[in-house]
Amino acid sequence: MAITLTEPAAERVRTFLANRGKGVGLRLGVKTMGCSGMSYVLEFVDDINPEDEVFEDSGVKVIVDKKSLVYLDGTELDYTREGLNEGFKFNNPKEKAACGCGESFTV
Amino acid sequence: MALIQIAEPGESTTAHQHKLAVGIDLGTTNSLVATVRSGEVSTLPDSSGQHLLPSVVHYAENAIHVGSEAQSYSVTDPLNTVVSVKRFMGRGIEDLAVEETHYSYEFSETNSVIPRIKTRAGDLSAVEISAEILKALKTRALETLGDEINGAVITVPAYFDDAQRQATKDAAKLADIKVLRLLNEPTAAAVAYGLDSGNQGVIAVFDLGGGTFDISILRLNNGVFEVLATGGDSSLGGDDFDYVIAQWMIEQAGMDDMGDPASKRLIMQQARAAKEALAGAESTGVSLDLGDIHWQGTLDREILKALIMPLIKKTLMSCRRALRDADIEKNNIDEVVMVGGSTRTLAVREMVAEFFECEPLTSIDPDKVVATGAALQADVLVGNKPDDEMLLLDVIPLSLGIETMGGLVEKIIHRNTGIPVAKAQDFTTYKDGQTAMAVHVLQGERELVADSRSLARFELRGIPPQVAGAARIRVTFQVDADGLLIVSAREENSGVEASIDVKPSYGLSDSEVETMLRESMEHAEDDMHSRSLREQQVEADRVLEALDSALAVDGEQLLSDQERSEIMDVRQILVEVKSDTDKEKIKQTIERLEKACENYVARRMNSNIKSAMQGHSIEEYASDERSEAEES
Repeated sequence: MAITLTEPAAERVRTFLANRGKGVGLRLGVKTMGCSGMSYVLEFVDDINPEDEVFEDSGVKVIVDKKSLVYLDGTELDYTREGLNEGFKFNNPKEKAACGCGESFTV
Repeated sequence: MALIQIAEPGESTTAHQHKLAVGIDLGTTNSLVATVRSGEVSTLPDSSGQHLLPSVVHYAENAIHVGSEAQSYSVTDPLNTVVSVKRFMGRGIEDLAVEETHYSYEFSETNSVIPRIKTRAGDLSAVEISAEILKALKTRALETLGDEINGAVITVPAYFDDAQRQATKDAAKLADIKVLRLLNEPTAAAVAYGLDSGNQGVIAVFDLGGGTFDISILRLNNGVFEVLATGGDSSLGGDDFDYVIAQWMIEQAGMDDMGDPASKRLIMQQARAAKEALAGAESTGVSLDLGDIHWQGTLDREILKALIMPLIKKTLMSCRRALRDADIEKNNIDEVVMVGGSTRTLAVREMVAEFFECEPLTSIDPDKVVATGAALQADVLVGNKPDDEMLLLDVIPLSLGIETMGGLVEKIIHRNTGIPVAKAQDFTTYKDGQTAMAVHVLQGERELVADSRSLARFELRGIPPQVAGAARIRVTFQVDADGLLIVSAREENSGVEASIDVKPSYGLSDSEVETMLRESMEHAEDDMHSRSLREQQVEADRVLEALDSALAVDGEQLLSDQERSEIMDVRQILVEVKSDTDKEKIKQTIERLEKACENYVARRMNSNIKSAMQGHSIEEYASDERSEAEES
């Protein structure tokens, strides 16, 4: 079971955490909502919970709760730029279908 | 595919429910939009990497251009290219006359109180033109964030009055932007530097742009900003620096004047380039190549400082005045924040540091600092930071009050009071049986209605007829977080009420605000005299009114003809002297009349007590007293 970050993603997360001035890592997760069933969660982490799994990649602690991990295993988090817009992207091998906007998905 | 940003712990939104908010600095010369993404605030550039959007709108045959594209038309199509539209926001036709600057476009002759600019797209108001700038910024934000914007914080100068604030909100509405709130520009700058995280302190915000200068003194108390004072000069900025440098250049080159508009533009461009070069270098080469004039020279920081010294001194004079207004000593200023492109000039920084005896904050790009603070505030307001209950306090620029008898102004909310605020004051009726009261809402620092600015009038009707002074009318002034005013009046005994939303027809410019403030200082003594004179006159009227109504009731029964005629004689004297300007004389005559009435008043008192006690025994009163004593 693993979650990885691309180098651009890791670099951005390190910068954001440094700017924020606090926080132990980055939380990836899923929420059951959205037009295709689930949506991704991406948050700063101040406290690690007992049910969390912690991965470390490129100097960034990636925190995922066990329930979300089922849906996210094998995911690679990338940081890309599309036109003026830039942000994180979940490359999730388990994702079968995404809604048109790509914000929610089904497995 | 929408890209995802990092949220604060527990603040993740579900799909399609992003809480995206932007901060907008809607400036006179340039505008910007900024947002917070993954906890990091940044201004948003356009596709060519430009962060600043020139606040210029050009109306072409079939299109509207905004920004640098529009700017290029200011030479070829000046009549349809609108610059500096912010100067007309919420202003009336009369306000235009006082504006010294001349504009390349024309105003249409209409009966409307709002000035309209003639363009090929029709006669347009400042609100409509500003909306185009906001739309361009909104489009940029949509493209950058890839989603709808939930709301925006738009900044306005601290001295903007109700009309100017309302106009800004109207422009946002036209651009289909939800305004989370309007924020004062200096407050936004202080927020950008994170000064709101401190506990308390006094902050000076020195904002020197291309064409305007503003100084604001803020007080921070437990994360809340209060604007103590504002000041400045609406026609002083970096453009004036360019002008004095250009003057120096033509003098050095032995020219008489700048020549035709084309050569003037060229010289001004050279001057500006030289000024900007000196922000990074000790000296720079300058040259003029016009017709038969070929001149080359060197401009260094020392010469520049000497050239712009008089202009910087003007800004420092405004600073001194603002400090005095705020009742703050220079050494009580904890931080000085630099805003506006012209604060890049080193001489400005040096002299400001010298004046305030502290090193000003300059680490954030002075062009972007206001938008940055607005974005941080927008992020909080849209609900991305639950822990941080940041509530910024703004200030009302001029006192608000109502007209009272004698044409006097009773101030209800004093200037520089933080907002939102609600204040009430009780008033009463002046005449017996009075059933209506006119409420005249005024703005300004002077004591007389004639010298103040009228904002609105309304009437409270249906007051039950009572003797003068018995009605209790509570007038409440409420100013919301955006600085908009609601006035209500309520007669407490009967519950009748009336209220008005002050929708001001047009506003005041900062120079007018300044003029009003200055006049109130200059006329302080006159005002004091006229106030006490009016008060004495009102007192005379009140005494006459009371005497007349008493005489009508029991004058015949209680007074002999001789006593009556004595009182009437003095009464006549008072009627004559009350329109006099000698308040002492009025006062003495009132006293004389009161003395003449002493016996009458005593007899009235006795007869009233007699009639009140008729049918009651002395014992009843005695027992009442006893029971009262027991209770206490």
